[in-house]
Amino acid sequence: MRPQNYRPVAHPPSHEYELYFGPNHPGIEGNYAIRVRLKGDVIQEAIADGGYLHRGFEKIMESRLWIQNVALVPRICVPDPVPMEDSYARSVEALGGLEVPERAQWIRVLMLEVSRICAHLFTFGGNAATIGLYTNMFWGVSMRDLFLDIFEEITGARIYHMYITPGGVRRDLPPGILDKLSAVIDELERRAPEFDDLFFDSTVVMNRAAGCGTMTQEQALSWGVTGPNLRACGLPFDLRRDDPYLVYPELDFDIPTETAGDALARMRVRKAEVQQSIRILRQVIARLPSVKGPIRCPLPNPLAWNVPAGEAYARAESSKGELGFFVVSNGGDKPWRVHVRGPSQMHAVQVLENLLTGARIEDIAQIMFSLDACPPEVDR
Amino acid sequence: MVNISPKYKGSFLRPLKALSHLFREPVTLPMEPRPAAENYRGFHLNEWAECIGCGTCQEICDNAAIRMVNVPGLPSDPAKGIKPRRPAIDYGRCCWCALCVDICPTGSLALSREYIHVSRDMDTYFILPDEKGMHGLGFEKGWAKNPDSDLLDLDRQPMEELPVESRGDNFDEIVKGFDDQTALIEASRCIQCGMCHEACPANMHAPEYIRAIWDGDKERAVREIYRTNPFPQVCGRVCTHRCETACSIGRRGDPVAIRWLKRYAMDSVEADRIRDIAGEGRVTEPTGRSVAVVGSGPAGLTAAFDLAKRGHAVTVYESKPQAGGMMRYGIPEYRLPYDRLDADIAVIEAMGVEIRCGQAIGSDVSMAELREKNDAVLVATGLGQARSTRVPGTDHPNVASAIVLLDKVTRGEEIDLPGPVVVIGGGNVAFDIARSLARLQKRRDGAVAVTLVALEERDAMLADEEEVIEAQEEGIAVFNGRGPRQVVIEDGAVRGLETVKCLSIFDAEGRFHPMYDEQDVVLHEGAMVVEAIGQAADTGYLGDELTEALEWQRGRIQIAADGRTSVDGLWAAGDLVQGPDVISAIAAGHRVADSIHAQLGAMARA
Repeated sequence: MRPQNYRPVAHPPSHEYELYFGPNHPGIEGNYAIRVRLKGDVIQEAIADGGYLHRGFEKIMESRLWIQNVALVPRICVPDPVPMEDSYARSVEALGGLEVPERAQWIRVLMLEVSRICAHLFTFGGNAATIGLYTNMFWGVSMRDLFLDIFEEITGARIYHMYITPGGVRRDLPPGILDKLSAVIDELERRAPEFDDLFFDSTVVMNRAAGCGTMTQEQALSWGVTGPNLRACGLPFDLRRDDPYLVYPELDFDIPTETAGDALARMRVRKAEVQQSIRILRQVIARLPSVKGPIRCPLPNPLAWNVPAGEAYARAESSKGELGFFVVSNGGDKPWRVHVRGPSQMHAVQVLENLLTGARIEDIAQIMFSLDACPPEVDR
Repeated sequence: MVNISPKYKGSFLRPLKALSHLFREPVTLPMEPRPAAENYRGFHLNEWAECIGCGTCQEICDNAAIRMVNVPGLPSDPAKGIKPRRPAIDYGRCCWCALCVDICPTGSLALSREYIHVSRDMDTYFILPDEKGMHGLGFEKGWAKNPDSDLLDLDRQPMEELPVESRGDNFDEIVKGFDDQTALIEASRCIQCGMCHEACPANMHAPEYIRAIWDGDKERAVREIYRTNPFPQVCGRVCTHRCETACSIGRRGDPVAIRWLKRYAMDSVEADRIRDIAGEGRVTEPTGRSVAVVGSGPAGLTAAFDLAKRGHAVTVYESKPQAGGMMRYGIPEYRLPYDRLDADIAVIEAMGVEIRCGQAIGSDVSMAELREKNDAVLVATGLGQARSTRVPGTDHPNVASAIVLLDKVTRGEEIDLPGPVVVIGGGNVAFDIARSLARLQKRRDGAVAVTLVALEERDAMLADEEEVIEAQEEGIAVFNGRGPRQVVIEDGAVRGLETVKCLSIFDAEGRFHPMYDEQDVVLHEGAMVVEAIGQAADTGYLGDELTEALEWQRGRIQIAADGRTSVDGLWAAGDLVQGPDVISAIAAGHRVADSIHAQLGAMARA
C-alpha cells in the first residue's frame, strides 16, 4: 500500500521540463518552494513543497507553560502576528473560564485592526514587487513602519508584540497614543490616492493582474478558502460579523467583496478592507477613552497554572482568513495538544497548486502573493 | 456589504505622478539616534542591590536564555533569602518577551530603551546585566515592573481563626487551618525558588511538598515533609517559619504560608497512612547497637527517629510524665493541641523507639549506667531551669517563673491566682504564659487583668507579631521599652512591679547591657509577678565525674559540628547546647543522629 500523496518518479516528455521554484524566491513571504512542470512558459502541474520554515510550533507549545506560549504564537505569522496572540488567548480563556475585561477587548480590537492594516500594506508592496513595481513595495513598507511605531509605544515591541495574554493584555495604552494613531491613519488616507495612482489605477497592473489566478466561488469553498480571497469571489463571509468575538458586534463596518475572483479582485478587496479597518479604528479611538477598568483578569502564578481539562477552538478573521487555535488541555500546566488552523495552509497548498496549473511561469509569484499565502502558517 | 464597482480607469500616465516624490522630504528619517518608546523591550537591566538571586527569571524563560551565575563577593544570606548569584542573559536565545520582568519577585529586572548591539564577537551577546545596562550608556528603563503585568499573586489566602470572644476563656486551638480550596490557591502562589529550603535549619523540602499539595497529592506532600522532619504536626503549627522570612514572594507581598500548608498536608492524611509513609525505607533488621537518649524534646526524639529507622535500638528517658519536652510543657494547648503532638510521637514510637517517661537520670537511672549499657548516649535535655531578673522582691512566693507555671497548666494543676498579674519579658514564652493566665482568669473571674512588660520597643519585640496582636486582642496590656526595677511588696503581699524606662538594651559591642532612665518610674499594679526572661540548662544529672570530664564553653557543653562532645560515646543536641527553636532542635537531632550512626557503623566494621 502506498501513501495517499505518493507520486511515482515521472519522466517528463522531452518537450516538458521541471523547475524547482524557491525556496528563496523574493515572490514569497518566507521560504517556500513549488515544483513546477512546464511546457514552454505554461505550467502543466505544480506541487507545493513546504517545510523550509518548519519550526515545530505546535509541538513546542506542548512543552511550554500556558503563559510561555504567549511569546511563541506571534512568530507563526510575521506580517500579521496579533490574531495569533488573540486566538491563542481566547482559546485558553475558553478553557479556563477567564473573563476578559471590556477595556482589554477594545484594546485587542485596536491591535487586531492595526495589524490587519500592516499586513495588507505589506501585501500590497509585495504583490506589486512580483510584477516589477518596486516603488510600491518601498511605499507600503515605509507606511507600515509608522504603524510599527504605534505598536512599539503600546507594547514595547515592533514586530512580535507578545502583548495579548490569556485574560487580557499586558499593559494599558500609553497616554496620547490614540492621538498618534489618529494622525497615522490620517496620513495613510492622505497617501491612499498615491497608491491608487501607482498600483490600482495602473494599466500595467490591470493587464497583469486581471484574470490572473482566477477561481470561482464554488472552487474557493471546496478548497477551504477564507478571508479576502473568498470575498474576492463574491461571498461576504467575515468572522468578525458571522462569528463575532471581542467587541466587534458593537462596531459598524462593511464587508467588501469583489466578484472576479482573480488577483486584481483580491488586491482590491484588501484595499477596501484597509478602509474598513480605518473606519473601525476611528470608532475604537472614539470609544476607548470612555471604557475604563482593568486590562487583565487576575491570573494564577504562571509557574503553577493548571488549565482545566477540555478542548477549545477560537478563531479570528486574520488578514489572510480564518485563523484558529484548537487547544486541548489535560488539566496540566502546559497544553496537551495545540493545532493551528493557518488560513495559508489551504491557500498555499491546494489553492496554489490548482491556480498555477495552466498559468504562465511569470505569474507564479503574483498568484502566490495575491493569495497572501504566509508559509509559516503552513509549516507549524 | 459594499460591492466595489470596477472602475477601470487605468492609464500609463498615472504612475508617473510618483515622480513628484523626487521633490519631497525623504520618508526615511535622518541618521540620528531615535529614542525608543517608554515601554520598549531592549536589553536587560538588573538592580543588583535588589536582586536576591532566586532564579525565577530562569524558570519562566521560555527559551532557556537565562542562566543563574554565581558571582564571587556578593552578599549571601540564606536566612534572609539572598543568594550570591545573578541572571546572565544569552541574546542568542532571548526573545524579549519580558516574562522575566513580569515575574521577578523583587522587581529588580527591567528592559532598557536601547535598540542596538552589533558585534562580531559572539561572547558579547552573553551578558550579566547590571543597573548600568548592556553598554553602560545610561539608557533608561523601558519595560519594567508594572502592577498591570505583574504575574505574581502577592496576597496570602486568609486563615480562619477562632474569634476573640470565643477563645478568651478556653485552650481551644485558635488557628483553624486551610480547607482544600484555600490550600490549593495558597500552594499555587509558590514559585519554587527554593529560598525556603535553604533558610530552614532542617532544610525542609518546602517547594516539593507545596508542589505536591498543588498537584493534589497530599500523601506525596507528607512523604516530602518526613524526609527532614519527624515533627510536622508540631512544626505545622508553632514553627518559627524562617522559610517564610526568606520567601521571595514576601519581598513585595505576603510570603507563602508554608507553615500552614505543612499543617494542611498533615491534617488531611490519615494517621495510619502517615505512619506508613514515615516508615518507608526503615531498616527492619536490627543492627544490634543500642542508643540511649536523655530527654524527649524535638532534638532527642528526632535523633531517636532517625536512629531507629536505621535499625538501632533506641531508648528515650524522660523525667516528666509524658514525652515532648517543651513542646508539651512549654507551648500552650491553644497553639499546639496535645493530641497533635501525640500524633507525631506515635509515629516516632512506631519506628521502634522506646520512650520511658518518669525516668529521671541521676535518681532513677544513673548516667554511668546508661553509658555502660549503650553504645552511644545523647543528652538533649534542653533548658529546663527558670532564670530570674533578681530584682528586689523576686524571692516573694507570689513571684513565679513562666516555665514552672506553663508546666502546671499542661499538667492541669491548680494555679493560685491572687489577683492581677504582671509578666516580665517580651518573647514568645512571656506571651504564652500571659495568654494562658489570661484564659484562667477569664474562666474564673470573667475578666482579664494581665500586664506584660517588655524591654524591647514594639517594633523590635522578640515574640512573633501575631502573638502580640492576639494577646492585645485578648485584653492583655503590653508595655514596651520598660525594664523591671523591683517587685513592690506591702504588708507581705505583692502590690505590683515597678519599672523604669529602657534607653538602650545593648552596649557598643552588642552585648546585653540595658541602660535605664531611673527618673521615669511606673508601677504596674498586680498581686502576682511572672518572670519570663529566659531559661538555663540544668545539667546536675550528669554527675560530678562527667561534668569534670566534659569541656564547657560559657556554661554550655562544648560540641563539635556533628554534636559530639569531648567525651567518647556522648553526644549533645538541642537547646542544651544551641537554640533557639523547635526546627533548629530537629536539625540538630538529624546531625547528631548521622554522627552516631556513622560511629556505630565504624564500630561494627572494627
